[in-house]
Amino acid sequence: MPEKLFKIHKEEYMLPGNRTCSGCGLALAYRYVLKALRENTILTLPASCLTVLHGLYPTTSVAIPCLNCTFASTAASASGLVAGLAAMNRSDITVVAIAGDGGTFDIGIQALSGAAERNTDFIFVCYDNEGYMNTGTQRSSATPAGALTTTTPFLTKQQNKKDMMKIMEGHDLPYLATTSPSFPIDLYEKFVKAKRIKGSRYLQIATPCPPGWVFPPKDTVKIGRLAVETGIVVLYEIEDGKFRFTGRSKTLAEKGNRVPVINFVEKQGRFKKMSMEQLGQLQRSVDQKWNEFLRRAEA
Amino acid sequence: MSHAEIMTGNQAAAWGAKLSKVQVISAYPITPSTPITETISQWVERGEFKTEYIRVESEHSVMTVCVSASTVGARTFTATCSHGLLYMHEQLHWAAGSRLPIVMACVNRAVGAPWSIFNDQQDSIAQRDTGWIQIYCRDNQEILDSIIQAYRIAEQVYCPVMVCFDGFILSHTMMPVEIPDAEAVCRFLPPYQPHTILKPETPRNINPVIFPWQRRDAEGVLRDGYMDMRWKLQHALEGSRAAIVETGRAYAEAFGRDHGGMLWTYRTEDAEVLIAGMGSLATEATTAADILRDEGIRAGVVGVRVYRPFPREEIREAFKNAPAICVFEKNISYGYEGALSADIKAALYGAGIRTPIHNFIAGLGGRDVKARELAEAVRSSLSAIAAGTSERQTWLNCVTE
Ligand SMILES: Cc1ncc(C[n+]2csc(CCOP(=O)(O)OP(=O)(O)O)c2C)c(N)n1
Ligand code: SF4
Ligand SMILES: [Mg+2]
Repeated sequence: MPEKLFKIHKEEYMLPGNRTCSGCGLALAYRYVLKALRENTILTLPASCLTVLHGLYPTTSVAIPCLNCTFASTAASASGLVAGLAAMNRSDITVVAIAGDGGTFDIGIQALSGAAERNTDFIFVCYDNEGYMNTGTQRSSATPAGALTTTTPFLTKQQNKKDMMKIMEGHDLPYLATTSPSFPIDLYEKFVKAKRIKGSRYLQIATPCPPGWVFPPKDTVKIGRLAVETGIVVLYEIEDGKFRFTGRSKTLAEKGNRVPVINFVEKQGRFKKMSMEQLGQLQRSVDQKWNEFLRRAEA
Repeated sequence: MSHAEIMTGNQAAAWGAKLSKVQVISAYPITPSTPITETISQWVERGEFKTEYIRVESEHSVMTVCVSASTVGARTFTATCSHGLLYMHEQLHWAAGSRLPIVMACVNRAVGAPWSIFNDQQDSIAQRDTGWIQIYCRDNQEILDSIIQAYRIAEQVYCPVMVCFDGFILSHTMMPVEIPDAEAVCRFLPPYQPHTILKPETPRNINPVIFPWQRRDAEGVLRDGYMDMRWKLQHALEGSRAAIVETGRAYAEAFGRDHGGMLWTYRTEDAEVLIAGMGSLATEATTAADILRDEGIRAGVVGVRVYRPFPREEIREAFKNAPAICVFEKNISYGYEGALSADIKAALYGAGIRTPIHNFIAGLGGRDVKARELAEAVRSSLSAIAAGTSERQTWLNCVTE
């Protein structure tokens, strides 16, 4: 694996010094995302922690052009960029929309579904930190059941996490993938591949968030890895409808040595009020999805 | 060569966009503006109009597409009204805040609840404070001409422009319209040359988080804070009056039609009462003025063509000698009065003019207003003013008990 690191583009597009919290999973992931996308990319992003990462006017910590848009409009903003660039005869530029789980699963879903249905030639990236973190950790439809947030402060979130990948798969996209900052090479390769494909591409990054998930900033990579080891996050890609495990998840699928979800759950303060029933439910749903993936991989 | 055709207001708007060589169009259907986008769809599919046409899934996305496409340098257009316009509200602010010269046709329609597809101007008046220039048209010719003019204005002052006209009354009514020569329009309106565009060659972060106070950039130069930028938008809108008037004049020179700059007047000389209004209601008022004059009442009309920026000076000039003013309008600022009436009063106050002003709310949700009803309303106002009532709000043709 280490020699593969040399394949990663040397140029840094995320400049030193940004305003994310220490140990931010998004910041880790974003560095590799940008290295894979490189120049000839225009980004558009809504209100989120990523807006904060990009910096305060008139300075920015990112060396790729970026258009900020309103919370609900990310994918439509990308559509406008694609249309505008086509009108200006600039077909050499990749348009990338990137939003949090709130800006994707919730308020941005209408514009995203519309852009995907039109097969707009762009990459949509959702970094999923499982809550409205920029506004101080409120529940979103990506928050897992059993998690404490400031809007589920005592009883924990009662509903299961929305399966956004399935929703996006329903749009017949040429490419979908899941990634994690704890597996940067897998992430990098998927973004490099996505950049080469035409049409609407959807990538989701599972980004641990120390303050929102309540764990020490030094543990971000470990938590991200545990998410994959337990099967809570599954690394895969779907190219023209064909499912494929990738990276660590591929090895787990081959060896059958996933670890129980409790290993992931017990490390995070947000789950401290999780009931045994919720824990059991989480394990069952992870197992069920995992088996579904195994069947798809065999098919 | 220019030629005349019989067409609806909606078709005139579509022609305005086509002649302006718009590069990106995004739209979503809503009555009564839908035929604009249908007309354009036909042209695009027949290959008669080369433009990127994005049929999005909501009006919020419509205006987003216009914003982004404009940011990378394209001339953009859309058409909507009523709930569509309201659904865009957040993006209207974003467009103006981004200082983008987007032009939109707004086919004025009432706003629910309850549902009404019929005409009034509540929709665009409710967007008054979004930082858009608003032009109100009187006939189909003015719609076509104003859209072309709107681009020339918008691209000079970097403010978006809403070209408003009354739903059904103009949008679905056929009138003869002169279609100007395409080459001549090109000369009048050269291609859009933005001062800044977003491109990979010069990476920048457009519209990030900004603080209340100025901050230094990487070179140490002090840059605007939020409020300084807001002042610039206000300053640009105030300053756009000159561009609007100049554009109207240049258009008249090039095409022989003058729709007035900020406002127009009708038989105002020697008037003992002036009627003010916008759009087709103001046109109706000209007939009312004729009726009144036939009866010996010297009435005239002041039509407000541009509502934002508000024609402060022109209003003062137009009304300074009038002994009485009646403002008719198809909107209501709930809890106060009609928006136009309030604005006219505010403009006159600054010039020390204390003329009695009666405000008439009329035609909401498509309720008919006839010229003779306007004339009757003016007559009753004149007697009330003579009896000392200097301020009054009346809902015309409306059950008010
Ligand atoms: C229309 C609208 N509603 C609410 C907000 C406030 N808001 C800004 S960021 C944010 C949360 C973003 O959550 P997510 O998309 O998950 O990104 P994260 O902050 O977690 O990175 C909210 C609710 C807004 N900017 N616009
Ligand atoms: S709140 Fe979480 S996602 Fe946001 S910057 Fe901090 S660590 Fe990153
Ligand atoms: Mg989030």
